[in-house]
Amino acid sequence: MMQEGLDDGPDFLSEEDRGLRAVNVDLQTDATLQVDISDALSERDKVKFTVHTKSTLPNFKQNEFSVVRQHEEFIWLHDSFVENEEYAGYIIPPAPPRPDFDASREKLQKLGEGEGSMTKEEFTKMKQELEAEYLAIFKKTVAMHEVFLCRVAAHPVLRKDLNFHVFLEYNQDLSVRGKNKKEKLEDFFKNVVKSADGVLVAGVKDVDDFFEHEKTFLLEYHNRVKDSSAKSDRMIRSHKSAADDINRIASTLYTLGTQDSTDLCKFFLKVSELFEKTRKIEARVAADEDLKLADLLKYYLRESQAAKDLLYRRGRALVDYENANKALDKARAKNKDVLQAETTQQVCCQKFEKISESAKQELIDFKTRRVAAFRKNLVELAELELKHAKGNLQLLQSCLGVLKGDT
Amino acid sequence: MAASSERSPPPFPDSEEPELLEDSDEGADAFTGTSISEMDSPSPDSTKPPKDIFNEPLEDIFSDPLSNINSEPQKKVDTKIPSPSSDEAVDLFSDPLDDDSEVVSSPEVQNPMPDLLNEPVQAPKSDVLGEPPVHKNAARQQDIFEDPPKGSSKSSSVKKAASAELFSDEDEEDLFKELPKVVTKKPQPSGPPVDVFTEVKSDVKVKPQVKDDPTDLFAEEALTAPAPKPSASSSSSRTNGVHSEEHDLFSEATVELSLDSPRNDRKKKDAVKPSVSAPVAPVASSSSKAPSKTLEELEEEESEDTFDLNISVTNPEKVGDGMNAYMAYKVSTQTSLTMFRSKTFTVRRRFSDFLGLYEKLSEKHLQNGYIVPPPPEKSILGMTKVKVGKEDPSSAEFVERRRAALERYLQRVVSHPSLLQDPDVREFLEKEELPRAVSTQALSGAGFLKMLNKATDAVSKMTIKMNEQDVWFDEKIQDVENEEQHMRKLHVMVESLVNHRKELSGNTAVFAKSVAMLGSSEDNTALSRALSQLAEVEDRIEQLHQEQAANDFFTFSELLADYIRLLGAVKGCFDQRMKAWQRWQDAENMLQKKREVEAKLLWANKPDKLQQAKDEIAEWEAKVTQYEREFERISATVRKEVIRFDKEKARDFKRQIIKYLESLLNSQQQLIKYWEAFLPEAKAIA
Repeated sequence: MMQEGLDDGPDFLSEEDRGLRAVNVDLQTDATLQVDISDALSERDKVKFTVHTKSTLPNFKQNEFSVVRQHEEFIWLHDSFVENEEYAGYIIPPAPPRPDFDASREKLQKLGEGEGSMTKEEFTKMKQELEAEYLAIFKKTVAMHEVFLCRVAAHPVLRKDLNFHVFLEYNQDLSVRGKNKKEKLEDFFKNVVKSADGVLVAGVKDVDDFFEHEKTFLLEYHNRVKDSSAKSDRMIRSHKSAADDINRIASTLYTLGTQDSTDLCKFFLKVSELFEKTRKIEARVAADEDLKLADLLKYYLRESQAAKDLLYRRGRALVDYENANKALDKARAKNKDVLQAETTQQVCCQKFEKISESAKQELIDFKTRRVAAFRKNLVELAELELKHAKGNLQLLQSCLGVLKGDT
Repeated sequence: MAASSERSPPPFPDSEEPELLEDSDEGADAFTGTSISEMDSPSPDSTKPPKDIFNEPLEDIFSDPLSNINSEPQKKVDTKIPSPSSDEAVDLFSDPLDDDSEVVSSPEVQNPMPDLLNEPVQAPKSDVLGEPPVHKNAARQQDIFEDPPKGSSKSSSVKKAASAELFSDEDEEDLFKELPKVVTKKPQPSGPPVDVFTEVKSDVKVKPQVKDDPTDLFAEEALTAPAPKPSASSSSSRTNGVHSEEHDLFSEATVELSLDSPRNDRKKKDAVKPSVSAPVAPVASSSSKAPSKTLEELEEEESEDTFDLNISVTNPEKVGDGMNAYMAYKVSTQTSLTMFRSKTFTVRRRFSDFLGLYEKLSEKHLQNGYIVPPPPEKSILGMTKVKVGKEDPSSAEFVERRRAALERYLQRVVSHPSLLQDPDVREFLEKEELPRAVSTQALSGAGFLKMLNKATDAVSKMTIKMNEQDVWFDEKIQDVENEEQHMRKLHVMVESLVNHRKELSGNTAVFAKSVAMLGSSEDNTALSRALSQLAEVEDRIEQLHQEQAANDFFTFSELLADYIRLLGAVKGCFDQRMKAWQRWQDAENMLQKKREVEAKLLWANKPDKLQQAKDEIAEWEAKVTQYEREFERISATVRKEVIRFDKEKARDFKRQIIKYLESLLNSQQQLIKYWEAFLPEAKAIA
């Protein structure tokens, strides 16, 4: 998430990078538990992340250690949080998205097939392009996974989770398997029920103004951030296509330049050189927008979903509580099973109170985090845009100077 | 052939011959019905130019007495020239080189070749030329200027004289034409071969002409002429634009010549001569004295001259309704060229008129090896959209695109020195009503015929196997082929860039709206504000992308589209040349066959048929000579045209691409402005 653009070069997980990433989503940096992904290895259909932990907590045997984890294990950790009733009052950090190299791989494959139909320069150039694209996706994937761990590590309650500690320390395969079909189906039904229930619960007027407000806000915010995220993706995609076109124009101009016998050839070559450079900048603009804008929006799409889930859980607890109250009233009226109803009512009440208590703080934190993250990203976005535009401007100016000098 | 041999020691036979022999075909045409029929069309304007030409610029350049002198014969010309001056002739002669050939061909047609060529000194004695020498001896220019017209008026139909006359004329023509080139050459004595190519030609011409017998008179004239006036030219030509005036004169002198038709050219040429020889003098002297002009400067001037004609196509307007509707464009011309009736004029033309103009021009000029600029293609889809009358942006864009393309098309036509002289061009620009161009309709019978012709052409092209002797052509044909291919590729890519940029613009707009919505639902005030600012920035960037897409399209993509079409026209010229070659080869084969027949007859001893065979051989020999010459002439023209085209191309590309880069530069500047304004907003989030 908090990656410093593509211009960092191959050493994509440098020290400063990690520092930046950690501050991004978390408010407090705590020296007692620091987690990062120090390395990642892309294999055929999976990515292996090396999770590196530094901690002074007594739970761990050592102060510093590393384990190799895969995406599925991250998901397992996330799900274990979600399923834990204890954490019902917290915003569970959203799980990282599945690494998706399919599109990029497919392109590379297509390139291999089309090797015969293009010149050697074109081929090398295209290959470099695609490799750069692949690397960018890779780095993004790593960053997303790291953000998840950092969020958990910084969370006052979740950081103490046993599963989390196992995840960090156990240096063997956790032998987590992907969900099978039956489980997936169950998940699906659960989700359907949950969203239907969510509508019901959302319809209940909240007694607390703060939560009522948060509920309406999050519902709207989530939809809008979803929309923005999709739109920004489309915008960036067309920006990339445009950069690709400039790239191809540059290489065709180059061939024109080498073929031309008149004095125009130098002109073509110069313009080709310029386009070659500007398209790099254009591509970088697109990549940086992707990192600073699209990824930010995407992250908050998931984070707001997590916040919504929290509200749903609280809403559910509230409804349960109210139902328990009604049941207790009924029981009292009929004077039957009063004790049982009372206990239920108390349990529900406790649960609801507990959720409400932590949820309030969580939502306030969420907002603070969000504002800080947006600020950081938007400032960086503007700075990068400026940097690129100025670079472009300079290129154009010097090229125009040369060309005008020639003519 | 004879002409060239007569033309004495050609130091560079290769380059010279084609030059000299050029357009003999045209000459023939001039004598055929086509030109005469066209001559019938009254074109009062054609008589006008001479008056203006000689009155105005000359006065500027030279001292009064001279201008008076010049104006005198001028008036005579005006009165003498019958209004039906041949239209066809205009383009034939517009180019100095054509005149050469015209000269060459005319003796041939009339067959006094040997006489003319062997005794050129005698030839002048006949009426026209007989007189000038006498006066020339006196070395008084006035005499020279006054007399030729007289001579012409006397002997209006002596063919021999006419041809001799033509010769002399040509000499001046050449001298005249060269001079600017000589000047250009000097600054770059060791110039690259490309430059040398044209220069060599000019050199070649100077020499034979000065030496040549028929030329003597006029060459000397030209040489003596400098004496009285070098001061005027050499002193002032560099500075105050007098030099360019000379160029004007030069081009207009050719205009003048171009009005000639076989019938009246004698008279007119006489009239022209004095005026022609006058400017020659200063230029000659300047060339020998102070060649301070650089090649570029001269080129510039040349272009300035040709661009003294400003054409704009504006106000596209839909006329009519339904499927019969069409777009009419306002064609406004602004010029100081004297060949037009006024300085500014405007006509309304529809698209098919433009196509019609192209049809007419290509019919006339393509066969001579000229590159006739092609108009934009018909677009049934685009036009149908316009016709249906939907006011959507794509049809507005279509109209604008076409308007701009038509404008560039016309500008290319008039910037071609030979095409500018074409009466059809002038008619197109000036005349209120044009007859409807029918043959341009895609689905008409004529259109079908055209398609058929194209198909047969393509087939015959494939069957012709020409073994290219000329290395230059061999390379150039290949180059053009490659270039076209790459241009097409580039064009596709630029089109794709345009589309992607448009897409980007659209997506940016959508994103901007979305961010604005997000901002409105954000409950942190500062962040909400920053997001709505971001939305505004994205909105502006969307505009920027849109403008840039338009620039991509109009300055870059359309340029490529134009040049793809133009390269097609260049290929057309090569094809014409190949056809000429094929004709020559066919004639050669025929001749061979006839000779074999003769040999057989000899062997069979059939004297009665022998004579007929001999006649046929003679006939075919003549044809072979003629076709060969035609081929050489077309080769020379095509070569010259291609060189000119390359120059124009370089200039166009440089200008357009610089313009394009400037538009990019501008976008980046705007972008910087927008983000700089946004940065403090982002920082203000708390």
